[in-house]
Amino acid sequence: MSRRFAHLVVIAAVFGLVSLAFARVNYAWNWAGVWEYRAKFLQGWLTTVGLSLAALVVSTLIGGIAAFCLQSKNPLVEAVGRVYVELIRGTPLLVQLLIGFYVIASAIGLENRYLCGVLVLSLFSGAYMAEIFRGGLAAIPATQRDAARAIGLSPWQSLRLVILPQAVRLVLPAVAGQFVSLVKDSSLLSVIAISELTLNAQEVNSFTYSTLESYLPLAAGYLLLTLPLSALSRWLESRFRYEA
Amino acid sequence: MLLEIRDLTQRFDATTVLDRLELLTGDIQALVLVGPSGGGKSTLLRILAGLDLPVAGSVAFEGVPLPRDEPELRAYRRTVGTVFQAYNLFPHLSAIDNLVLPLVHVHGLTHVEALERVREPLERFQLMPHAAKRPAELSGGQKQRIAILRALVVRPHRLFLDEPTSALDPEMTAEVLDMIAELKAAGTQFVLVTHEMRFARRVADEVAFIGAARVLAHGPPEEIFDGCAEPRVRGFFDRILA
Repeated sequence: MSRRFAHLVVIAAVFGLVSLAFARVNYAWNWAGVWEYRAKFLQGWLTTVGLSLAALVVSTLIGGIAAFCLQSKNPLVEAVGRVYVELIRGTPLLVQLLIGFYVIASAIGLENRYLCGVLVLSLFSGAYMAEIFRGGLAAIPATQRDAARAIGLSPWQSLRLVILPQAVRLVLPAVAGQFVSLVKDSSLLSVIAISELTLNAQEVNSFTYSTLESYLPLAAGYLLLTLPLSALSRWLESRFRYEA
Repeated sequence: MLLEIRDLTQRFDATTVLDRLELLTGDIQALVLVGPSGGGKSTLLRILAGLDLPVAGSVAFEGVPLPRDEPELRAYRRTVGTVFQAYNLFPHLSAIDNLVLPLVHVHGLTHVEALERVREPLERFQLMPHAAKRPAELSGGQKQRIAILRALVVRPHRLFLDEPTSALDPEMTAEVLDMIAELKAAGTQFVLVTHEMRFARRVADEVAFIGAARVLAHGPPEEIFDGCAEPRVRGFFDRILA
C-alpha cells in the first residue's frame, strides 16, 4: 500500500466514524443560515493568517534573542532569559493576553489591540522557540566550534557558516510543531476582541444558533493553515538532510 | 622551525595539566610529541596551535612569541593549520566546500580562485573523485586526509596534528600516515601528537616525551626510543611495545 493511499484510507475511516456519530444524534443541520455569513468567515480567516504570519516572524526573532540570553555566560543576561522562559511557559496564554492588553498596553498607551495581540502571542511562542533554539545550539558538538576556530573564523563567522546551518536542520521539526501551535493559539486573541477566525465563528454562532455549523468551518480554517505548514517542514527537512 | 617553550603552565580548575614545562628544539622540520594519555600532549598542542591560552609561561616559534589575547591569537591561527583526532570537517558541506570555506571567508580568495587552488592538491592525493561528497559519505581515512588538505591549502607556516589517526582502523591509519610522510618529504613543517611509535621514529626530527605534565625526555628519535635513561619513559615503551 502506498503511503498516500494509506493516508486516504485513514482519513476516510475517521470521516466515516464522525459522520456515524453525527447521524446517531440526529443533529438538525442549518448550513443555510451559516452560509449567509461566509464573508465573515473569510474575513476572520484572513485576519488569522495575517496575525499568525506576523507572530511567526516576531516570535522567531524573540526566540533567537532569548536563546542567546539562555546560553550567555553573563549571569544577569542568563537570568533574564531564564525568568522570561519560565514565566511565560508556566502561565496560561489567556492570562497573559488579559494582563498584556488591559494592564500593560493600557499603561503604556498602546491602543492598537491587533499590535498588542501579535506582541503577546509572539512573546508567548518565543519562550518555546527559545528553548528549541537553545537545544539546537547545544546539540552541535564542541569539536565543530574548535574546528571553526582552528581555521581562523571569527565567532560571528563560526556561528553563521558552521553552527547555524547545522542547528537549523536539527530544530526544524520542533519549530514547525511550534508554528502549528502558534496558529491555533491565535484563536485565544478573540478574548481581547480581535476579529480573527474564532471570534467570527462565535459571532456567527450567536446570530444563527447553529453551533456545529459555525465551529466545523472554524476547524477546517485552521487545518487549511496548519497542514501546509507541516508539509513545508517535511520538505525543508528533506532538503537540509545531509547524513547518509 | 625553532620552538622555544619556557615555564609553560596550564590548569583546568584544580588540575594542573602542564607544570612549568620547558622545551627547546633545534631548527627542525618535524617535532613529534609522544607519551601516555592524560600526560598533557594534546593540551600542549592546543596551546601551540593558538586554540587555548596558557595560565603562565611563554611559547615562541622562530623567536616570535605567541600572542596573549584572542583577537591576535585568531590572526595567528590563520597562519597555521590544525587537524584534530576526528570531526574536523563541517558535515553540512561537501569535501571541496570544506576546503574552499577558509580560503574564501578567512583568506579573501574569490570562489573561483579557491576552486583553482584546491584542485591540484585534491588530485595529488587522489581525493578528486570524493570532492563532491559530504563527510558522511567519506571513509574515516578520506575525512582525515581532506581535513589535512583543508589545513594545508591556506599555505600555513606549519601544521599541528593532534592524534590524526587515533580514531581510524589500521588500513586507514596507513593512508593518513603515508600522506603525512609525503608532506614531510615535500618540506612541510609540523608538530604531531601520535601513538604510532614506528611512524614517529620514521618521521620525527626530534621527539619530546610528555608525561606527568612535563617533558620527561627530548631528543632525536633513536635517543628517545632506544637509549632513554629516564625510567618512566623506558617503562612506557616497555609496556606498549611488549
